[in-house]
Amino acid sequence: MAAVAGLSAPSRTTGTTGRLSDLLWRHPRLLLGLLLGPPLAWLGVVYLGSLAVFLSQSIFAIDDFSGLITYEPTLATYRQLFSDANLDIIVRTLSMAAVVTLASIVVAFPIAYYAARYARGGWKALFYLGVMLPLWSSYLVKIYAWKLILAKEGIVTWAFERLHLGWLLDAWLALPVIGGNSLSVSYTGTFLVFVYVWLPFMILPIQAALERVPGSLVEASADLGADPRQTFRHVLLPLALPGIVAGSIFTFSLTLGDYIIPQIIGSSRLFIGQAVYAQQGTAGNIPLAAAFTVVPIVIMAVYLWAARRMGAFNAL
Amino acid sequence: MTAAVLFQSVSRHFGAVRAVDGVDLSIAEGEFFAMLGPSGSGKTTCLRLIAGFEQPTSGHIEIFGETAEGVPPYRRNVNTVFQDYALFPHLSILDNVAYGLMVKGVGKAERRRAAEEALAMVALPGYGARKPGQLSGGQRQRVALARALVNRPRVLLLDEPLGALDLKLREQMQEELKTLQKTLGLTFVFVTHDQGEALSMADRVAVFHDGKVRQVGTPEEIYRRPRSRFVADFVGSSNILSPALCAALGLGAGTASLRPEQISLGPATGDRIGLTGRAVSASFLGPVNRLTADCGGERIVAALPAGVALPAPGAEVTLSFDRSALHLMEDA
Repeated sequence: MAAVAGLSAPSRTTGTTGRLSDLLWRHPRLLLGLLLGPPLAWLGVVYLGSLAVFLSQSIFAIDDFSGLITYEPTLATYRQLFSDANLDIIVRTLSMAAVVTLASIVVAFPIAYYAARYARGGWKALFYLGVMLPLWSSYLVKIYAWKLILAKEGIVTWAFERLHLGWLLDAWLALPVIGGNSLSVSYTGTFLVFVYVWLPFMILPIQAALERVPGSLVEASADLGADPRQTFRHVLLPLALPGIVAGSIFTFSLTLGDYIIPQIIGSSRLFIGQAVYAQQGTAGNIPLAAAFTVVPIVIMAVYLWAARRMGAFNAL
Repeated sequence: MTAAVLFQSVSRHFGAVRAVDGVDLSIAEGEFFAMLGPSGSGKTTCLRLIAGFEQPTSGHIEIFGETAEGVPPYRRNVNTVFQDYALFPHLSILDNVAYGLMVKGVGKAERRRAAEEALAMVALPGYGARKPGQLSGGQRQRVALARALVNRPRVLLLDEPLGALDLKLREQMQEELKTLQKTLGLTFVFVTHDQGEALSMADRVAVFHDGKVRQVGTPEEIYRRPRSRFVADFVGSSNILSPALCAALGLGAGTASLRPEQISLGPATGDRIGLTGRAVSASFLGPVNRLTADCGGERIVAALPAGVALPAPGAEVTLSFDRSALHLMEDA
């Protein structure tokens, strides 16, 4: 009978699928290779390869008369990169990325802390929805919406006037550098939109880091005599640091590379992303565009190295 | 003398759950006090009320005569050894132990010295440079103890501190804790669900059930004179004699408890009481063996010394015990 036959070795290796799964079971490395091969080829050859080719253009320079690239290694393009005008662009972008990152940390931490330690069940679902929902709509739509919100005729100006605080907004806009005709054409506006758009990328890693801190550690700290401020400084902050660094890698590098937000909201002065866009497009200066691209990569490498030196990843 | 910890009809409710329900307690200074009960009986919540992690819904708590309600944990002179030890994973063992002194602003050299001393006290000298992750469970437990003791608390709270340790280590730590408490003369409040641990270590035991304290007394009192069926059952094992049998034996109205080890095999002599019945099962346990007998509908368990031959199931048996071994309980 079938039941008795089932006691002998199960012989289901007939068919191609069966033989294939037996083969992969016997050679796990083959399976790994099949799974990793295509994405690695994509990342390695298509992405990294083209990036390397593009970046290598920065050691060439453009001939000022003909507008053609001279394929001889030179540092001329890097000399051009460090001219006053271009240095301005780098400093401007770097400052914006730093301020946006700091502000994101300050705004994200309480939200992440609440979600990790207090929110349960439905509230937690609501938190994830609230953080992720903005990511579901188009980036461009959000930025244009902000353009309207921050415009002189927009809701922010209106709200300030209704609260009889119009003078405050005017005083802020009258400030040098960060001010302007209206929020939508000032660095303040660019900053606000950057913080808004990148905030989820800061909240989620911090929340994940705090989620792993057992509640008993916070209680133990209080038990040993630490007031809430000391508990934050000596227990929560060090344990959340890997999450903060992960989040700041996102906000920092995304701000360094973005060319759409500063183009739509802010003054007409360029950021690195816009400079790259302009140099490789209208100006046709591929070497300078490549040199500009090297800047964020170097900054991020230095940033990660410094974070590692400071022990940000020790708690991982 | 002021009590180290005083509870006056303290309740802590979580919504509809009465975790702690009208508890009165007085823990004396220098006492080793155990809170014993099954999980969910409110003993840990009571400990958290002393530590300040919970606030009472109603009632009044005093720690050395000072009102504790509204006082945050970091302003109380009590320290806790947590069940999961709660060592800070990012700090070295030395910094963990010195944490309490550090937040109080004690100088670096001074707190280093005090932490080394505390580590030596728990037999872990020279472990200061390691991280908690590099230590075994027993070692972490000692670090947690040193970290609490270095602050010289007036009351030390221990929340099932030995629960995660294996048997040998647990017995060793029980000894050490007891010795430590005696040498330091500190008040220890110890939460456990292990009755053996509570009986062997504590000066006094409070038995918790459903958020209420069922009985407080010395281990011997609790064991010999359990006040209720719950205490009789939870602390050691006990035969509960029905009201009918109690009446037949001339004990009066109520139920009585009878410890299995008080019963011997053989007919009654002198002042002893005899019961006849039929053996139901017998199990070999090593130093003592267990005989279950059915005596007129009452199931009686006797713990018999190893030398005594066990009757076969179904055989007629006569059991006897001293009249004084019977303890009539106040409530069922």
